[in-house]
Amino acid sequence: MHIAVLVKQVPNPESLAAVLRIDEAVCKIVLPPGHPMVMSPFDEQALEAALRIRDQSAAQMRISAVTLGPESARAALKQALALGADDAVHVLDAAFDSADSYLTAHALAAALRRLGTVDLVLAGRQAADWDAGVVALGVAEILDLPSVAFACAVQASSESVRVERVLPDGYETFELAMPALVTVSNELGEVRKPNLRETMRAARKPVASWNAAELGLDARELRARRKLARLYLPQKRAQCEWIEAETAAARGALLAQRLHAERLIPKP
Amino acid sequence: MSADILIVPEFGQDASSPVVCELITLARRLAQSAHGRVGVLVLGAAAPEPDAWAGSGVDCIYFARSSGLPLPEMLVAAATEAARRAASAIVLLPHTTAGAELAPRLAFRLDGAVASGCVDVSVEADSVRCTRPCYGGLAREVDEFALAPVVATVRAGIFERAPAHAGRRPELIDLGSFEATRARRIDRRTEAAAGARLEDAAVIVAGGRGLGGAEGFDLLAKLARELGGAVGASRVPCDLGWCPHSWQIGLTGKTVTPELYVAVGISGAGHHMAGCGNAKTIVAINSDPEAAIFQDARFGVVGDYREVVPALIAQLRSLNDASSRKS
Ligand SMILES: Cc1cc2nc3c(=O)[nH]c(=O)nc-3n(C[C@H](O)[C@H](O)[C@H](O)COP(=O)(O)OP(=O)(O)OC[C@H]3O[C@@H](n4cnc5c(N)ncnc54)[C@H](O)[C@@H]3O)c2cc1C
Ligand SMILES: Nc1ncnc2c1ncn2[C@@H]1O[C@H](COP(=O)(O)O)[C@@H](O)[C@H]1O
Repeated sequence: MHIAVLVKQVPNPESLAAVLRIDEAVCKIVLPPGHPMVMSPFDEQALEAALRIRDQSAAQMRISAVTLGPESARAALKQALALGADDAVHVLDAAFDSADSYLTAHALAAALRRLGTVDLVLAGRQAADWDAGVVALGVAEILDLPSVAFACAVQASSESVRVERVLPDGYETFELAMPALVTVSNELGEVRKPNLRETMRAARKPVASWNAAELGLDARELRARRKLARLYLPQKRAQCEWIEAETAAARGALLAQRLHAERLIPKP
Repeated sequence: MSADILIVPEFGQDASSPVVCELITLARRLAQSAHGRVGVLVLGAAAPEPDAWAGSGVDCIYFARSSGLPLPEMLVAAATEAARRAASAIVLLPHTTAGAELAPRLAFRLDGAVASGCVDVSVEADSVRCTRPCYGGLAREVDEFALAPVVATVRAGIFERAPAHAGRRPELIDLGSFEATRARRIDRRTEAAAGARLEDAAVIVAGGRGLGGAEGFDLLAKLARELGGAVGASRVPCDLGWCPHSWQIGLTGKTVTPELYVAVGISGAGHHMAGCGNAKTIVAINSDPEAAIFQDARFGVVGDYREVVPALIAQLRSLNDASSRKS
């Protein structure tokens, strides 16, 4: 079985709040020098889902990590290899410098076609930069693959894949004919850490680099559809009334009085 | 140029569903700028009664036949058909599991554009503008797309519910039936919410990592009962198994818009605030006065929740008793 995992490199979202600035004139985010770039967290979970499938299967298994991004995105592929992926593809071309979801999906779909017989494509539910959740499902549509989004568990047999997901009011399970595409959500749970042995081996694993021409993309597919008209940081409300009293318990009681006085507790 | 607006609700939602009413408000506004009609896609075993949608603000109903709960594949096919019948449509869906899953495939099939989790959509001349949170809810982007087709999923609780439009009885357009061949649903379990659903609750008490364990949620449940509300959570307690995943509020959890939101032991990350930032009043209880949540809160209490919350409950109880004695 051949599984392809789509991984994107993003600015570390966990430490972004304090440092994120925006240059509104050019609609670009500005990060302090050295802000760490990481594999998008949901993509780590997609890779984890692939590794779990391999752990549970006796079948021959190949896991390819695929990214589209600048030269530096190679680090995300290296991380995937160190975690246990067998090989990697870097979709790299200046034509992708300001790629939107549309262009990215077409380029990744072309890369998957070139990769050959992929049985299962796994991706994150959304990349932690634009938080769109579009690219992977776009790839599924372009390649005409059945898909399920927001998986919390993925099991694959030779012909089909079983996908469980969390709903607002429960759970549901699907079975898809392969080849198929599944996007993975955080409910999948903890991901493994790279171990020393795999990290050593990773250095020798193959990383292919494909450009737009090699992927046979035509000019139409290479045109972005989104124009970023504005990018900004929203205003905070910043109007906090501090509840002040000697002890924490007294502050709790005072809060009740304030909420009551301001009639902020809706009648059931 | 003109464009029709097509609303694709969740399966089973009708003209009385709050989310649908909000989408109708937005759709009517867009239809006015785009000089188009407002349609709604309805799936079901039997055709809907157009009278049930009379006065809702909808001009036509696209009906797709499906037995039982539709599969994602059928939804895409039916929505594509409806969007093609409409004149170069702007398609609006609620930003829910089903909506967020459907929108990208629909957009690519229609050879159009898509924006997910929008907080505003507008039509200007020959373009559609979508405003949405990005970078974990820290930033906002305004995307501009050529007029249509454009597919947008829209967050709940932003638009007013549409007022009644006197007497308009929508036209019914039958799209035929749709099937799924490559996917089946093999199980679906629903858990009934103990009290009000988070999406509908007027009061929400939400707990975070600061609760320190599952027991903290017992205390929050008491507070919620006193306030007549529901209990929610940040992502951390859900991931740690202190509470069900369905309680998660935020960018990748539920979007909620209660009158009163009490955040207990929650730091106020952009990811979390993206799901609750539109609550009317936010109250924060946190032991760290520097926590970001206080920048969004109307009332702030600094302290250990284990001391603050029991006193809050006790005082609320005595105030409630006093006011019920008065009335
Ligand atoms: C791609 C992505 C998507 C995400 N999506 C979501 C999402 O949808 N929803 C979400 O919530 N998060 C989401 N997150 C996680 C988010 O970034 C934060 O990590 C998370 O919201 C933090 O949860 P928290 O506030 O409960 O925990 P923390 O940030 O650890 O905050 C705990 C708070 O509790 C306070 N505290 C500690 N002890 C006490 C006490 N005894 N009494 C009172 N206060 C106390 C502390 O001062 C602190 O402020 C996402 C993250 C990523 C990367
Ligand atoms: N540039 C990229 N390279 C590889 N995978 C990507 C890229 N962009 C998006 N994806 C995949 O598609 C998912 C959804 O991305 P997005 O639509 O950008 O939120 C991500 O979690 C990745 O799995």
